Amino acid sequence: MTSDTDPLVKIRGLRFFRGERAIFDGVDIDIPRGKITAIMGPSGSGKTTLLKLIGGQLRPQAGSVEVDGQNIHRLSRRALYRLRIRMGMLFQSGALLTDISVFDNVAYPLREHAPLPSSMIRKLVLLKLESVGLRGARGLMPSELSGGMARRVALARAMALDPMMIMYDEPFTGQDPISLGVLVQLIRALNDASRITSIIVSHDVQETAEIADYIYVISNGRVIDHGSPDAMLKSNAPWTRQFMHGLADGPVPFHYPAPGLEQDLLGT
Amino acid sequence: MLEQLARLGRVGIAILAHIGRGNILLFHILGGITDLATRPGLLIRQLYSVGVLSMLIISVSGTFVGMVLALQGHYTLSQFGAEQSLGVMVAASLVRELGPVVTALLFAGRAGSALTAEIGLMKATEQLSGLEMMAVDPIKRILTPRFLAGFISMPLLAGMFSALGILGGYFVGVGLLGVDDGAFWSQMQAKIDLHEDIYNGVIKSFVFGWVCTWIALFQGYEAVPTSEGVSRATTRTVVHSSLAVLGMDFILTALMFGG
Repeated sequence: MTSDTDPLVKIRGLRFFRGERAIFDGVDIDIPRGKITAIMGPSGSGKTTLLKLIGGQLRPQAGSVEVDGQNIHRLSRRALYRLRIRMGMLFQSGALLTDISVFDNVAYPLREHAPLPSSMIRKLVLLKLESVGLRGARGLMPSELSGGMARRVALARAMALDPMMIMYDEPFTGQDPISLGVLVQLIRALNDASRITSIIVSHDVQETAEIADYIYVISNGRVIDHGSPDAMLKSNAPWTRQFMHGLADGPVPFHYPAPGLEQDLLGT
Repeated sequence: MLEQLARLGRVGIAILAHIGRGNILLFHILGGITDLATRPGLLIRQLYSVGVLSMLIISVSGTFVGMVLALQGHYTLSQFGAEQSLGVMVAASLVRELGPVVTALLFAGRAGSALTAEIGLMKATEQLSGLEMMAVDPIKRILTPRFLAGFISMPLLAGMFSALGILGGYFVGVGLLGVDDGAFWSQMQAKIDLHEDIYNGVIKSFVFGWVCTWIALFQGYEAVPTSEGVSRATTRTVVHSSLAVLGMDFILTALMFGG
């Protein structure tokens, strides 16, 4: 049995390799219920991979990922799908189905999993679209949406079945300042209104620190620091400091490893 | 020497793994057919995009192939004074061989490449992952209707190819070259056998439909999710499908008519 104080997602000793390269090498993370937890790290640090591991789309070489008390990689396909109905995911690209309209995209999970009459589905879809401010765009096709609008539609779709948690994959990347502000506000408002557990993977420090309750910083396959956004911003640990403040040089060197400049130029 | 052997072994294992993944995917696709009974709309939409949208190229090609067959056949047959047999020659060539084979080659180029590109792009734009995360099996929902549509469409398209080819042959043979109208049809009716010719042709096109659609879907599903990866997968679909159709055609022809 799980209680409300247990973390919703519990990751222990996670090891995941792509070929010889370790993406995660002994990672422990707890995602508390009803909070916004951010997983931060530089590009290529495996943040999206982590979401895929939590969602059961990838299988780790060792370690465990428990979601609501269930070890996700030991579940049967049927049980995994049942659990996924309670998990929403917002992909970086939006991942909307391009051959159906905005309305049908948001209605898709409802039609698949909720045996409701179509009039009820219509009302639910309009409410979800209203909450992301796009009720008026229901007749548009995904190709007619801007990047920010597509992400908001994807958010409405992720919320369609009222999940217990939503995973956000780089929600702020490539957004103009207005879309960015809208997304930040939406994620926070959703969390406050529905107490949905949110996991945000991102490398956008400012926006993420603004809304997160807790931050994990990962690099080179390990959790190198974690704490509240304030603690992370004030951290004196050299790596955390360099990442959170975007310093050009530090433990992650400015220069890619190379022989000495003199040697390269003079050929000595 | 040992290193070369090891490399050969690695290539062999990679090929076997590739074939194995293809078969697992096919098994999974077939497992979704029962689900399709409750969602006939998915199949109908794919029958339209895979089958109906291929009709134009198949009709035009069939007509021209029939016309060329009549021209070439008339020239050869007239050397022996047998031009009255033009109808049976055109029909037999189309129904037994050219109908199924050329339709399959055109299908691989038009519908097969489109299927690969569509599935590959759905993978690249995370639509397949998105479905997975919505607890919807993308293989059953996306691949199965396309597979079944390809399998059903191919014999119908091949039938259309042959029928229009015969009409094209009639137009050239009877209309332009002066072959006797009655002889054209009556010889065809007398010599074309329902089992020997037509059924065997239909069996061939079912096999080609199965193989071409399977290859197209597998290549799309396995595509590296980048623009270059999708482009390569599309090329592979056309090349592999064409070679598979020609190879299978030889085997099937030998089995059906060889003995």
